[in-house]
Amino acid sequence: MADRVGIVEVAMTPGAESKDNFLDQVFRTSKELLDKAGISRDEVGTVVSASSDVFHGGVSCASSYYWDAGAAFLKNASRQDGESLFAFIYAVMRILSGNYSTAMVLGVCKGSENPANDMLTHFFTDPFYQRQIGLNETVAAALQKREYMTKYRITEEQCAAVVVKNLGNALKNPYAHVKKRVSVEDVLASEMVMEPLRKMECAPKSEGMIAMLLAREDVAVKLTDKPVWFKGYGSSMDHFYLGDRDLLNGQLGTAAAKAYEMAGITNPKKEIHVAEICEPYSFQELLWCEDLGFCDRGKGGKLIESGATGPGGKIPVNPSGGVLAHNPYVTRGLYRLAEGFLQVRGQAGERQLGRKVTTALAHGTHGFAGQCHAVVIIGK
Amino acid sequence: MEMKHEDYYILEDQVSIPYENAYGLTWTRFFEGLKSEKIFGSRCGKCNRVLVPMRSYCPRCFIEIDDTIEVSQEGAIVAWVLTEYEYFGMPTKPPFIGALIRLDGTDCEFVHLVGGIDLSNPDQVRKTVKNGMKVRAVWKEEKKGHILDIKYFEPVK
Repeated sequence: MADRVGIVEVAMTPGAESKDNFLDQVFRTSKELLDKAGISRDEVGTVVSASSDVFHGGVSCASSYYWDAGAAFLKNASRQDGESLFAFIYAVMRILSGNYSTAMVLGVCKGSENPANDMLTHFFTDPFYQRQIGLNETVAAALQKREYMTKYRITEEQCAAVVVKNLGNALKNPYAHVKKRVSVEDVLASEMVMEPLRKMECAPKSEGMIAMLLAREDVAVKLTDKPVWFKGYGSSMDHFYLGDRDLLNGQLGTAAAKAYEMAGITNPKKEIHVAEICEPYSFQELLWCEDLGFCDRGKGGKLIESGATGPGGKIPVNPSGGVLAHNPYVTRGLYRLAEGFLQVRGQAGERQLGRKVTTALAHGTHGFAGQCHAVVIIGK
Repeated sequence: MEMKHEDYYILEDQVSIPYENAYGLTWTRFFEGLKSEKIFGSRCGKCNRVLVPMRSYCPRCFIEIDDTIEVSQEGAIVAWVLTEYEYFGMPTKPPFIGALIRLDGTDCEFVHLVGGIDLSNPDQVRKTVKNGMKVRAVWKEEKKGHILDIKYFEPVK
């Protein structure tokens, strides 16, 4: 790349219900970001937001509601719906266009106000076929889990171990929503939601307003002495109809390959020092680890058993607690990136990994059973 | 206004908005097929895959498809989920089984229900229903041109 784009600063809200309403939260988060970075609203070149205003808000249309609260008022700014890492890459591209030296990425989601995830995701279906047969994100995930367990002999204990690890990691994360010390037995004893998925294997619905400031290299180094550089990106979306897809060989591998190539990564097991992965359902962390090249196909269960993905392991996955601990549906990809940013900076507080972290991977997904994936690589 | 919380109000809101979604010619033909107890799929002229439900284009080859064929009403379960509680948008009263079914001679999965077995005991269901199990379509008496004109797929004895 001709120019480097750096992440300068991040501000975000915790996942539990806030006393602030939607607009106040957007304002406070945006303001906190600018104050931390030490710049005024006028100095922000452009803003790109990630939101799903009708489904995950029930308010207004396409960002018009929160535009002034989000520092975007009267700017040449834009918004995208879908995976929030798309907003990040959009902002990166606006800087690389040469027209802006700074860009703010804003992700908004107040999950506490929304109906259950399953009710909303039911409308992600087509109206004629999949909606009439009762599909939603959890049904799709349960089908995927069944295939995964059957084909590769992944055990319930291995899936539960993801919940144990992530909710435990979240104990050290002030931004996480659900955090507790649980055992594999606790997870297996939790209510069966859509067999073979249990309640504790499914992510909650959370709040999550997040703002991130990006800058061109020459500006970034003036704004912070610890910029974290954008290195690579890849995304890919699979077929829409669930039945058209191979649920055990989706598009994350494709997305990751593109991101690795751009970042010059040839051995992800060694070169990625921390991975923040979007796992709305326990077993997906295991499957996504395979797609990302952290282990061979079908070995995701063995990987977690080995302890490699724990905070002290060779390839720590979700030291933040991941999506099982905090699921602001629309902005969960940006939260993964924020944790990667803090880990690279050495500012992840109590959950800062003991190992050297110079390169981090952030993953976001939306759609049923990982229809769409985006992967971002950042580093020193 | 409701004072659910100590220091702020909650507005309970619900929105209901009507849409008119056109089935179009392809879905219309598919659902008319269901009315006469036929499941229509489409064969792509380039990759030769048979996709079901039928469609007007092959997304992979990115060409139009006009080869409509009636596909088998028998197939094998690829994955299944047992639902025991009521949820928004459920297709029928629980307990029921949702499944991905590979109909014989097709190249993708058909999303539907598996029934015709005793679902009252989950442990028994786990012993009975397996991935790879052969199933066959069971039709409703009264058909409306709806995906649930097929009542469910039952195990082939």
